[in-house]
Amino acid sequence: MRSLWRWIVSSSVFLSITSVHANGWNMPRGVTDVSGEIYGLHMTIFWICVVIGAVVFGAMFYSLFRYRHSKGAKSANFHEHTTVEIFWTTIPLLILVGMAVPATATLTKMYDASEADLDVMIIGQQWRWRYEYLGEEVAFTSNMSTPRAQISGEEGFGEHYLREVDEPLVLPINRKVRFLMTSDDVIHSWWVPELAVKQDTIPGFINENWVNINEPGIYRGQCAELCGIDHAFMPIVVHAMEEAEFDAWMVERKEAMKQEALGVDREWEMQELMARGETVFESICAACHQSEGQGAPPAFPALAGNARLIEDREWHIQTVINGVSGTAMPAFRNTLNPVELASVVTYTRNAWGNDTGDSVQPADIARRLAQ
Amino acid sequence: MAPKLPPTYPLEHSATTAAGSQAPTHHAPPRGLLRWLLTTNHKEIGSLYLIFSLIMFFIGGIFALVIRAELFQPGLQLVNPEFFNQMTTMHGLIMVFAAVMPAFTGLANWMIPLQIGAPDMALPRLNNFSFWLLPVAFTLLLSTLFMPGGGPNFGWTFYAPLSTTYAPPSTTFFILALHIAGISSILGAINIIATILNMRAPGMRMMDMPLFVWTWLITAFLLIAVMPVLAGVITMMLMDINFGTSFFSAAGGGDPVLFQHLFWFFGHPEVYIMILPAFGIVSVIIPTFARKPLFGYPSMVYATASIALLSFMVWAHHMFVVGLPLAAELFFMYSTMLIAVPTGVKIFNWITTLFRGSISFESPMLFSLAFVVLFTIGGFSGLMLAISPADFQYHDTYFVVAHFHYVLVPGAVFAIMAAVYYWLPKWTGHYPNERLAQWHFWLSVIGVNLTFFPMHFSGLAGMPRRIPDYALQFADFNMLSSLGAFLFGFSQLLFVLGVVLCVRGGKKAPAQAWEGAWDLEWTVPSPAPLHTFETPPVFKRPTP
Amino acid sequence: MSGGTYYVPATSRWPILGSVALGIMMFGIGMQLVYDASSIIMLVGLVGILSVMGFWFRDVVRESRGGLYDTQMDRSFRWGMGWFIFSEAMFFAAFFGALFYIRTFAVPWLGGEGEKGISALLWPDFVPQWPLMNPPDEAVVGPRGIFSPWQLPLVNTLILVTSSITLTVAHEALKEGHRKICRNWLTGTVLLGLCFILIQGLEYYEAYAHYGITLEAGIFGATFFILTGFHGVHVIVGTIILTVMLVRVHQGHFAKENHFAFEAASWYWHFVDVVWIGLFIFVYVI
Ligand code: HEA
Ligand code: HEA
Ligand code: HEC
Ligand code: CUA
Ligand SMILES: [Cu+2]
Repeated sequence: MRSLWRWIVSSSVFLSITSVHANGWNMPRGVTDVSGEIYGLHMTIFWICVVIGAVVFGAMFYSLFRYRHSKGAKSANFHEHTTVEIFWTTIPLLILVGMAVPATATLTKMYDASEADLDVMIIGQQWRWRYEYLGEEVAFTSNMSTPRAQISGEEGFGEHYLREVDEPLVLPINRKVRFLMTSDDVIHSWWVPELAVKQDTIPGFINENWVNINEPGIYRGQCAELCGIDHAFMPIVVHAMEEAEFDAWMVERKEAMKQEALGVDREWEMQELMARGETVFESICAACHQSEGQGAPPAFPALAGNARLIEDREWHIQTVINGVSGTAMPAFRNTLNPVELASVVTYTRNAWGNDTGDSVQPADIARRLAQ
Repeated sequence: MAPKLPPTYPLEHSATTAAGSQAPTHHAPPRGLLRWLLTTNHKEIGSLYLIFSLIMFFIGGIFALVIRAELFQPGLQLVNPEFFNQMTTMHGLIMVFAAVMPAFTGLANWMIPLQIGAPDMALPRLNNFSFWLLPVAFTLLLSTLFMPGGGPNFGWTFYAPLSTTYAPPSTTFFILALHIAGISSILGAINIIATILNMRAPGMRMMDMPLFVWTWLITAFLLIAVMPVLAGVITMMLMDINFGTSFFSAAGGGDPVLFQHLFWFFGHPEVYIMILPAFGIVSVIIPTFARKPLFGYPSMVYATASIALLSFMVWAHHMFVVGLPLAAELFFMYSTMLIAVPTGVKIFNWITTLFRGSISFESPMLFSLAFVVLFTIGGFSGLMLAISPADFQYHDTYFVVAHFHYVLVPGAVFAIMAAVYYWLPKWTGHYPNERLAQWHFWLSVIGVNLTFFPMHFSGLAGMPRRIPDYALQFADFNMLSSLGAFLFGFSQLLFVLGVVLCVRGGKKAPAQAWEGAWDLEWTVPSPAPLHTFETPPVFKRPTP
Repeated sequence: MSGGTYYVPATSRWPILGSVALGIMMFGIGMQLVYDASSIIMLVGLVGILSVMGFWFRDVVRESRGGLYDTQMDRSFRWGMGWFIFSEAMFFAAFFGALFYIRTFAVPWLGGEGEKGISALLWPDFVPQWPLMNPPDEAVVGPRGIFSPWQLPLVNTLILVTSSITLTVAHEALKEGHRKICRNWLTGTVLLGLCFILIQGLEYYEAYAHYGITLEAGIFGATFFILTGFHGVHVIVGTIILTVMLVRVHQGHFAKENHFAFEAASWYWHFVDVVWIGLFIFVYVI
């Protein structure tokens, strides 16, 4: 037992020493006021527990050592003492009240999402995040960018293995950003430790949270609620920028969105659609229907060689636009723009030997969406 | 050096104290397999429960080892994510419902009638029914792993809509299996309550009962109160899946979070169901090996009752990040923190029992002492989790996994092992091999800490639960955990070996197998004859 | 406490057969729901359970009439039945809890009221109300209309309350030893139970045929059917139990002061009655 005790002491000491450097061992202090407060709470309670532990285990090991039967200890016979019982009921109670007070203050602050400078809608989808800057007409989807070959071990691990995305969420520093969080399918949880934001996204409901980041930088996290097969592969990257830089980025993004919208009006070439469609498919659809369209039956049907898909163009388009309710197949009408929808449908109708030869034009999709 | 012992209970008259005497009214029980299938004897049923639970502990443990093997290093090596999720889910379900709970019920069956001087459980046939429902339930549950689309893959907490709209077809079978297990628990608990309230030896008041009996009385109450709620919520799931209702779907006006409220209204008391009997065991073993009466018996009883009552008011501490209104968040934070108070009382009472005792370190005592220390560590991390703002960082990380394994493995499981070593002499008539037991103990303690202590760090550093693959910064801690898990797992083979050897032979044990043991069970011969206390003993309060 | 007459039954085959039968029934239900298999397996299990119960209770009745039980045994049965009813109460509590949660939190939040009313952004056209006629998503078709509580439901309430009274009269009669009176009032109770079941069936028919209250009709249909449905099942079981009691009274079972089976049946019936009152208030009236 004593070696165990020593082991516990040394590891607690270890924890406290390393916690000074707060990386890889302990909760990060983070880059917002709230995250700092939480870190403070965490360390305070931790030390209170260490002290209580030292007293309690100290008394215990003292008794174990001092009153050994093998050393001829004779047992006393007392078994009751009301005062002492009252004492050790009250003291912990007081300690708890001492903890509850700062905790309440921090929590109240965390719940005040009012007067935000920017609203961002965060939507969880199996297995990616969608970000919409409300009122700014800017929206995009963020997928994990770690190649599957790294996960399966065919390639070496990259530096940010599993914690890298194609499109990070871009946020300004020193502004209060309110998050509105929801989900299209199951419950996910959006978590970035440095920001101390972890909030479940509940399908059909909206949760609020907020940040005010103090330092520019790149902060990484991942989905924290079990959401199906690829729960481990749903990373989050936040790129926090200086305000001016952020504003510039926003203007640029808006312009890009506008350009994309223009694409709807023109006629697209087959190759163009196929090329675009392949990127969309890889980033969105392949999670379920797999890169070669072979699917993973019975959960996810194959698209390659799918007879109904090849024959029934109309049904194919409708399925992608509206999803199949009550199954994992999401509706993409709000997530993808007409160009993306048209190209991915074209791609799936022609890739992997489906070779129907027909294509779908963005304008056609836009018309359907308008209805 | 004979320490001054409190007097053992003199029994005024009891046919059974004269070794092996059996009332002639019993016809010979059927032999072979049929005897076990049809038995109504609390000792045989107790053994059945314990054997079943041991088998399930190994099955659940093997699932855990699959998890740990996959997590040994980053990348996907052994299993695919789909199967990994099934392993996580089944591990949790099997350990909770098929290993720990039946083990406690088995101990209750064996020991409660002996400790209160009853001839058997109050309703012996129902008792047999409760047991045989379990193999049926868990055969059905395990069979889902082989069904098309695989078994349940949504965690042992099976949150909707992942477990409804997005679940594999086998989910319906999972629900039905859980229904059977639930019926078993409820009937078992009813039986235990009836036994304790009605079958005590003449002269034994409630406040004379050994603490193991007390904690089980309260546990049984918790079971009867919350298992039906579990049954209710899985019924709603069944309806959502098969009959198109929308309890957990906002589209029809329901709410996925409703599922979590109902689940945790069951789930939190459930975790105390897994610890209160352990408290009882430890409260019986520590005085025995400290050769000193338990300090603060009444306060132990009141503390247990307070924990049970509080456990109905804290459920949403599992839901701090689902977006509860502020008032709810505060209420559940405060009520959860309060539980530390009665639990503290228990810890302090145990330590004061040790103080000025005459302590020896046989294997049951070692496991109990490790329980006190390691459970307290788990309790501390629980308290940290209870601080709602901090839980925004801890929730769904390995910090939580570390917390609950500390209270469950060196908590509940160690207590069960302590109980087995403690009562084996009574069950088999032989002492377990102490050397083997000590090896088992030390390897387990090292293994369990090596497995679960690093999880605190990986969790704080940001590793979420229920993932088959992780970012590179968590690699070292995971490797340690995996090594520890295999060490701990394989050490359990020593436990099995010890039990088997003890059944087959070993140093003969007298009726009172431990010097400082003074409950009623130690007045019947070892091994306890099949029928004990057929004429109720008259209980006399000890005069210390 | 007693002096060593506690009856510990020898081995019995009903428990093991019962658990196997229950397993078969559950497996059968699963096969039917998931794979559209025929209901044979389920029915085999169900028949198995019912027969096991029959035989098991037969044994208990015989032992009881054979004088093997003492007052301590009687207390065990009382505790057992009492806690069983408590567990049933908690089962219904889960459903009532769900109803209250939906009505006080979920529906208002979805409609933009209360602390989490921001959720309404997702359902701009949704108007919170109870009973919920138009669920948030148009794809879910709500009920077309709802029952007035003051017609069939009120009748059913009166029936059940009356049946509780008739049962009490029967019980008192039994205690006084007026077996014939007991039998008549008990018959009345069973008939009232049957009426209740019939009317409930009629109401379900109305719900589906005229009001569009179905299991799929959003959360109103879901809560309505789960509460009334499980209550209905309990009434059916209760009626069966009372019928068995009636037969036993006929056969001259039950002593004046010792007739726990009868009492247990009446506890159960009163419990089911109380649940209905809750149901009437919270599901129909308010
Ligand atoms: C046996 C099982 C068991 C026990 C006994 C406990 C005990 C406690 N648990 Fe634990 N818990 C679980 C099993 C258990 N838990 C499980 C399985 C989960 C995860 C479920 C899942 O999501 O899968 C969980 C999760 C869990 C959470 C949710 C975390 C999250 O998901 O974010 C929380 C949060 O409050 C919590 C709190 C507590 C507290 C406060 C106690 C208290 O009872 C602890 C009290 C004890 C002490 C505090 C130590 C001794 C006291 C003293 C020495 C006195 C003085 C001390 C002070 C004043 C500090 N637990
Ligand atoms: C009482 C409950 C209990 C017990 C005893 C355990 C015991 C163990 N648990 Fe578990 N655990 C849970 C309850 C429990 N757990 C719960 C509720 C969850 C949450 C599930 C969820 O997220 O839904 C969980 C989750 C969980 C995880 C997280 C999974 C994830 O989030 O993805 C991990 C990871 O390491 C883990 C590990 C272990 C280990 C290594 C043990 C060890 O103690 C196991 C010891 C091993 C053995 C006993 C095996 C012995 C076998 C052999 C030696 C082989 C011999 C071979 C033959 C005889 C054929 N558990
Ligand atoms: C989260 C998982 C998921 C994603 C992402 C996904 N699908 Fe699907 N898809 C499914 C599932 C599940 C079905 C089967 C639905 C059913 O049972 O009818 C399906 C069905 C389909 C079908 C009909 C095939 C059939 O035989 O029923 C088409 C076409 C399709 N998906 C195309 C796509 C395209 C194009 C994308 C990407 C833009 C995509 N899917 C993304 C899960 C997904
Ligand atoms: Cu999304 Cu986990
Ligand atoms: Cu809890």
